[in-house]
Amino acid sequence: MALATVVQVLENLCAGAHAGLSVSINALLRTISQFTNLNMSHQSELIATDINAYLEQHERKELLRFITCGSVDDGKSTLIGRLLYDSKMLYEDQLAQLESESKTHGTTGGGFDPALVTDGLKAEREQGITIDVAYRYFSTAKRKFIIADTPGHEQYTRNMATGASTADLAVILIDARHGVLTQTKRHSFIVSLLGIRHVVVTVNKMDLVGFSQGRFEEICSAYREFAERLDLPDLHFIPISALSGDNVVDPSPNMSWYRGSTLMNFLETVYIGSDRNFEDFRFPVQYVNRPNLDFRGFCGTIASGILRQGDEIMVLPQRKTSRVKRIVTYDGDLQEASTPQSITLTLEDEVDCSRGDMIVRPGNVPKVSNEFDAMLVWMSAEPMVPGKTYLFKHTSQSITGCIESLRYRVDVNTLHSSPAPDLQLNEIGRCTITLSQPIFFDAYRRNRTTGAFIIVDRISNITVAAGMITAREADKSAQTAPWEVAEGLASTTDSSIRLVTAEERQARFGQTPATLLLTGLSGSGKTTIARGVERALFDAGRTAIVLDGEDLRRGLSRDLGYSALDRSENLRRAAQIARLMNENGFICLLSMIAPDETVRSKAADLIGPDRFLTVHVDASLEVCQQRDPRGHYVEAEQGKLPKLPGAGAPYDVPQAADLVLRTQEDSIDQCIEQVLLLLRGRKLIR
Amino acid sequence: MPAYSLTHLKLLEAESIHIIREVAAEFSKPVMLYSIGKDSSVMTHLALKAFYPDKPPFPFLHVDTTWKFREMIEFRESYARKELGLDLLVNINEEGLKLGIDPAENSEKHTDVMKTDSLKQALNKYGFDAAFGGARRDEEKSRAKERVFSFRDKFHRWDPKTQRPELWNLYNTKINPGESIRVFPLSNWTELDVWQYIHLEKIPIVPLYFAKDRQVVQRDGALIMKDDDRLVLREGEQLETRRVRFRTLGCYPLTGAVESEATTLPEIIQEMLLAKTSERQGRVIDRDSAGAGMEEKKKQGYF
Repeated sequence: MALATVVQVLENLCAGAHAGLSVSINALLRTISQFTNLNMSHQSELIATDINAYLEQHERKELLRFITCGSVDDGKSTLIGRLLYDSKMLYEDQLAQLESESKTHGTTGGGFDPALVTDGLKAEREQGITIDVAYRYFSTAKRKFIIADTPGHEQYTRNMATGASTADLAVILIDARHGVLTQTKRHSFIVSLLGIRHVVVTVNKMDLVGFSQGRFEEICSAYREFAERLDLPDLHFIPISALSGDNVVDPSPNMSWYRGSTLMNFLETVYIGSDRNFEDFRFPVQYVNRPNLDFRGFCGTIASGILRQGDEIMVLPQRKTSRVKRIVTYDGDLQEASTPQSITLTLEDEVDCSRGDMIVRPGNVPKVSNEFDAMLVWMSAEPMVPGKTYLFKHTSQSITGCIESLRYRVDVNTLHSSPAPDLQLNEIGRCTITLSQPIFFDAYRRNRTTGAFIIVDRISNITVAAGMITAREADKSAQTAPWEVAEGLASTTDSSIRLVTAEERQARFGQTPATLLLTGLSGSGKTTIARGVERALFDAGRTAIVLDGEDLRRGLSRDLGYSALDRSENLRRAAQIARLMNENGFICLLSMIAPDETVRSKAADLIGPDRFLTVHVDASLEVCQQRDPRGHYVEAEQGKLPKLPGAGAPYDVPQAADLVLRTQEDSIDQCIEQVLLLLRGRKLIR
Repeated sequence: MPAYSLTHLKLLEAESIHIIREVAAEFSKPVMLYSIGKDSSVMTHLALKAFYPDKPPFPFLHVDTTWKFREMIEFRESYARKELGLDLLVNINEEGLKLGIDPAENSEKHTDVMKTDSLKQALNKYGFDAAFGGARRDEEKSRAKERVFSFRDKFHRWDPKTQRPELWNLYNTKINPGESIRVFPLSNWTELDVWQYIHLEKIPIVPLYFAKDRQVVQRDGALIMKDDDRLVLREGEQLETRRVRFRTLGCYPLTGAVESEATTLPEIIQEMLLAKTSERQGRVIDRDSAGAGMEEKKKQGYF
């Protein structure tokens, strides 16, 4: 069999194009190895001649974790198969088993299916797809490698993020015939998002473009141009042919114009020593070890930095300082330890410290806050619900909290960001998070351990999202500042005008201005009652104004959606108007869902608690869903709107309402009468 | 290697210790499966390191099928129980024992009853909510996608579709009552790593791993050792003395020996590196029911 024939046969197999081919994989690979002068990495001369020298050499190896991005069509499986085979990680019995399975499960009509090398699960094989991350292992004399092999189909985002989270390096495959595709951009974005610093773009199938230097350079510059928008600090390009082995292990005789490393050489030598953060000492306490009263050890994995015996440390959140007495290990005490060693510390002083606390240096502390911004990768079929309580696992802490708002969603194909109500499976967005307790964190860019967290659904226990904390702190100005008010109305400088006083207004209108917030689920009857009260007051010669949350959304709040933060903002605007109305003597009836107790109390503070009344319009969710006057429940069901308060999103029932109206039991007129009674009772109207 | 850079074995060790401590911190009743093999030896060693100077804060469990090599049981008693002083539980499926299944005749049923059922029995009996296993991802294809924390429903079943994504070293340990997690601290270790680590750390292992003259019979292409009188020779079979060792340890009628001259660890490693077949090849179990044998077993609750 000539080399060209082997290449041709394998190419056909890879493309899955030809049925009926039945080539023994053993024979095939043996043939390839004859032609391509394989460097059997494990078959070092030393194994046979001096095993002890070999072991000594191999006990000093480094570990490199990398992810491969691309699809079978890009030759990814062929490349991985080759790396495994070349480093002798496939044994004859495994090959024989693959060969027999190719006949039943393969997509190549009985011939060897290279995808089976990297496929693992039966159900997936029957569907002909891979649905997850598979980890592969091989090693050479210099390094041990862990490959996170992720598929290139629709589940790519979730799986790639998983594989990328622990990777030092990414191998991005590009088919030389097709160049930079949408999927290349998508893969590169996720690589950059997950903080992988080293990227090697392998332009594969160079044999099919005549080993053209021009084509290679064209692809490199196209990639560089688009990668400028990404954070990829260490970028390399290698032209290869995985099938025939060009520039994989040995330099290609077909591409003498290429002077750089082969892929294997690059993987063996790329410098990753400076990737770890050795500057900021962070030690999340994982476990407290107390075998007896005389020993109290704090166990954990050093997230970043270096620690020496005798160093001054500080325990967060207590901010108590002490010194490192011992760094205890089974193999004896250490003078110093560095990330990512798993160690046990004892301290000079009795300091209160338990799982979830963090030991740092007094002069270099992480941010401590319960509010931050993060990029989220949504990993669950259940969409994100802003405002819902989730569990956040960050270092050794698990804390409840919620996603306050989704600032924007990123389209992984175009990298454009745009507003969205929520995140669906495999979507990525920037969110503002609020937790019930502070955590100790750094930006993910600076620290891949203290900047990362996962989100767990409290009912299903499923991991629904992965988060990376962004450098900027939660934008306080956008969140809390709008609620703050400059005191008093703008005063006129012209003293000749006598201002209308509050007393004069009260006398004229026959009422003391106040704001009634009618809060309740969508469909509970808020607006109907508000309009009814307005009518009754108008008929009695009083002056009231209805501000309806939905009406505001048509104009003043047209820019707002239905996230928790947007609902809060809508109530803020309504409260500001109500306040102005009150200051001008009018009674204001706010008809809004206002699901959040905190936001309601902010509104009360803004308007003045003494003239702010809360009326809870109460009806069961079932009844509200039946009424559904605005069709919102249906839309939420269809996913056109985020989950509604009470139906998936939280609704805090007011604990101290001035009045509760039960619209299931009482008629509209009865409800209106109760509101008027309240106003009279509080002496707001006569 | 540059300063502060750790060797691959040190990194693997640190990762495994992190995993073991995380389980001890987050679960109310963990247990470490102890199979007496080399992977168990490494996992136990890592557990000792994780909690030093204390003992591991959980018991160890050996699922005894009653068909293990005698030398394995001796090692379990003298090393794990006596020398290390581990809190060691042994479970034998007494009900299953009454069925008198001969593994040589019905390996699949033997594994189901004496191994899988027995394990589930023990987990239920003690109410363990997390169980460490020594499986590695490089052992077998369906293991390559296995999580470090592998979720099992209340029937101990594994569903490849409901496994949780696993990012960084943030393991989701949340389960509902009755459910459990299998944890594999050696997920990222390869056979070579395990041997190198045993060599480097001088971890004791069962002598069966070393070559010695042993009484074996050739059966279905494998060399089966006659460890006791329960192994009945079939027609045409005859015992012969060969210099053999075992690459994996299990039930002796199901574990094939390999001819070998390796009597030291370096020699074992040397042999492994020059070998042309994978380590599980000596095991009959993977080839049951064609194709995804191990995967089916895992769904039913096998490790």
